[in-house]
Amino acid sequence: MGAAKLLRFLAGRSVKAVIVVLAIIVFQFVLIRLAPGDPASVIAGQSGAADPLFMQQLRAQFGLDRPLHEQLLIYLRDMLSLDLGFSHRQQQPVVRLIAERLPATLLLTGTAFLFAVSGGVALGVMAARRVGRAADSAITVLALTFYATPIFWVGLLLVLVFSVWLEWLPSFGMHTVGAELGGLAYALDVARHLILPALTLGLFFLAIYARLARASMLEVADQDFVRTARAKGVPEGRIVRAHVLRNALLPVITFAGIQAGQLVGGSILVETVFAWPGIGRLAFDALLARDYATLLGVFFCTAVMVVVFNLVTDLLYAVVDPRVEVA
Amino acid sequence: MITASPLGRRTLLAGAAAAPTLMTLAEARAQGVQPRRGGVLNTIITPEPPLLVLGVNNQGPTLIVASKIYQGLLSVTPKLEPTPVLAKSWTRSEDGLTYTFALEQGVKWHDGRDFTAEDVVFSIMKFHMEVNPRARAILQRIDRAEAPDAHTVRFTLKAPFEPFLLIFDVTGCAIVPKHVYDGTDFRNNPANATPIGTGPFRFAEWQRGNFIRLVRNDSYWKPGQPYLDGITWRIVPDSQSRALALQTGQVQMTTSNDIEPFDVPRFQQQQNLEVRQDGWELFAPLSWIEINNRLDNLKDARFRRAMAHAVDRSFIAQRLWFGVGKPATSPIASATRFHDPSVQMPAFNPREAMALLDGMGLRPNAQGIRASFKMMQLPYGEVWNRLSEYLRQAMRQVGLEVTLESTDVAGWVRRLANWEYETTINFVYQWGDPTLGVERTYVTSNIQKVAFTNTAGYSNPEVDRLFEAARNAAAAEERRRLFSEVQKKLVEDIPLVWLMELSFPTIHDRRLRNVITTGTGVHKSFDDVFLAA
Repeated sequence: MGAAKLLRFLAGRSVKAVIVVLAIIVFQFVLIRLAPGDPASVIAGQSGAADPLFMQQLRAQFGLDRPLHEQLLIYLRDMLSLDLGFSHRQQQPVVRLIAERLPATLLLTGTAFLFAVSGGVALGVMAARRVGRAADSAITVLALTFYATPIFWVGLLLVLVFSVWLEWLPSFGMHTVGAELGGLAYALDVARHLILPALTLGLFFLAIYARLARASMLEVADQDFVRTARAKGVPEGRIVRAHVLRNALLPVITFAGIQAGQLVGGSILVETVFAWPGIGRLAFDALLARDYATLLGVFFCTAVMVVVFNLVTDLLYAVVDPRVEVA
Repeated sequence: MITASPLGRRTLLAGAAAAPTLMTLAEARAQGVQPRRGGVLNTIITPEPPLLVLGVNNQGPTLIVASKIYQGLLSVTPKLEPTPVLAKSWTRSEDGLTYTFALEQGVKWHDGRDFTAEDVVFSIMKFHMEVNPRARAILQRIDRAEAPDAHTVRFTLKAPFEPFLLIFDVTGCAIVPKHVYDGTDFRNNPANATPIGTGPFRFAEWQRGNFIRLVRNDSYWKPGQPYLDGITWRIVPDSQSRALALQTGQVQMTTSNDIEPFDVPRFQQQQNLEVRQDGWELFAPLSWIEINNRLDNLKDARFRRAMAHAVDRSFIAQRLWFGVGKPATSPIASATRFHDPSVQMPAFNPREAMALLDGMGLRPNAQGIRASFKMMQLPYGEVWNRLSEYLRQAMRQVGLEVTLESTDVAGWVRRLANWEYETTINFVYQWGDPTLGVERTYVTSNIQKVAFTNTAGYSNPEVDRLFEAARNAAAAEERRRLFSEVQKKLVEDIPLVWLMELSFPTIHDRRLRNVITTGTGVHKSFDDVFLAA
């Protein structure tokens, strides 16, 4: 693949990406305004008292007294200068709100993602190599179980076992508050808090990767070039690694690419059950509070990441399988 | 000094307050434990408050956290008698027009500046008057506010207003620093991110979605207090996770809506925890079926009476709220002043309900249905869904078919405010006095397209007259008579079906002492709360 070709490919895709992201913003801007109620009603509802002056003051403060198209234009203009706006409800710039939450989310989803991909592929390969035997059945049943179990139930069960019965791990939060830990002690503290939510989130995807890898391995293993390799006398380990696995990885990469794009969105469910201060909950709370600027900011970040990871996935195809060319 | 009628016509309402430190010590000794310095209280707050400046934001969670940072002039006992906080004593003139407060001396703001009468006048006349809708309604009755010296404040009212002192609790009118806010845009002041008050705890750190941490104010004006080194509120959005955190001792206290009522019984069994349901007397939340009085059937008092007869309020209190709170008997809650216990709303009696519906000509059809209406569910948690499901069944027993509609908070408020509902569930705080927290739901002048006004559209000139007379009457005895009459009238017309005098459980570790001692419960400053060894 020539460098010029790659550059052309990247430029073309970037233009498309900007258009897609802009379209998403406009669409979502309109979509969330269709939800009944506005931030002022939420604040009135939560304060249990209001008068017309109060409502009018709030709407003026939030800029909701302007016509919708004007609000959209203002938003797009700010957006082009990479200003994600201001959350009047939380009295913070949206960029800061997102930046505060993003590390927690990336830590959680990233850990779960790595655990799921590596564990899932390893299990899938093991199952495929022992197809039809006890180990294969055990792995298949396990994967099916995690795949079919609701994620919040897994979370509650893990908490019950590890926090309530065994008292090994904390049941919520990201670190011990007020302990003033530094360096390694802090990292260990966070790791202890991370285990349960990452496991909960990871197990479901682990099941998917295991099933995907196993099916894909079996399909490739039947093909002629594998038989040829075996006939040539290539050692079994090398056949699995260099011939079967490499070809079987394409569907796994496709799925991982899709999932990686969603990492930034976090997981509302797991973040809620484990009180993990991530971006999924930020978006969910913003939705309930009709905190439009924050919600759109999160949507924007997620949209950008999805687009970026799609691009990365396409590039990775070409690396794994030289027959695939970027175009 | 304080009589059964705390706001009665006395010149001297409260003399020099006993030193609060000693009172606390005495209370502690009564429990057989000396206050102990030290320890951090870990607790929970749900949902996360948007910001911590009282007045600018008055949501339930904000009140709980910020009441440790800010203070009011007064607070109230469980019987709603005023008690000193930043005002050590106060007097009222014979004509009921002039109130004079003597302020504590030596009080400092968290940034080291002196607290003076100027701060009080600014907070009341400018700050709350502009940003706080509930306080504004009362403060507008002030004609003149003066600070004759640095430690005295005098308010002169346009006309006597008997419940005046109830607004001065920190939940109504927190005193904010003039030097931070004067001349600024109060709502968008950058200092809102780091609140500065006079309270026993200083703002330290807030990681959004994670925790809010306050630390001990070492230069607090009560010597030796507070006892705790700090308070940390964890933000735990899931109710089952909150219950687990309490059960496993990761937090030592839960308040308000943290624990669902159906989880309360198991905590009552847990030896190291104490479950309290008092401390909501100033708020006295009353829940009801809100009925759009403009619609067919629903505008007929007989129909609403039939609805009331169909509901078993004891069942709701015992089986849905597990004994937290009690059945309502009148539109004025029993903790609120001027509740008349002789007034009784229609009792649970399905037979009577069906007779009333028969009388209206609403006969059951082949499916046994006489009439149907919609009910918008209150989106405040699981127990409210269970309530509307119970109500649907109860109404079905007398031949009324109820269709439930679900929504979220923003949607619910919008539809309630725009009168776009048939029936819904609602509850509001009564703020100690019917003029402050009950009148707004029933008077014609308050029929507005704003939530928590008279959105039901109920109108009765006699009720309007009684509420107005009670608002303006200077004497408590006269007001009691008027409110008794209005309670009788309302129970006759039954514009809403009152359900429960709500309470919220405060569940705390038994080592945590002095938690609930006032009529505002966990909304007090916590300067006397300590962790026993």
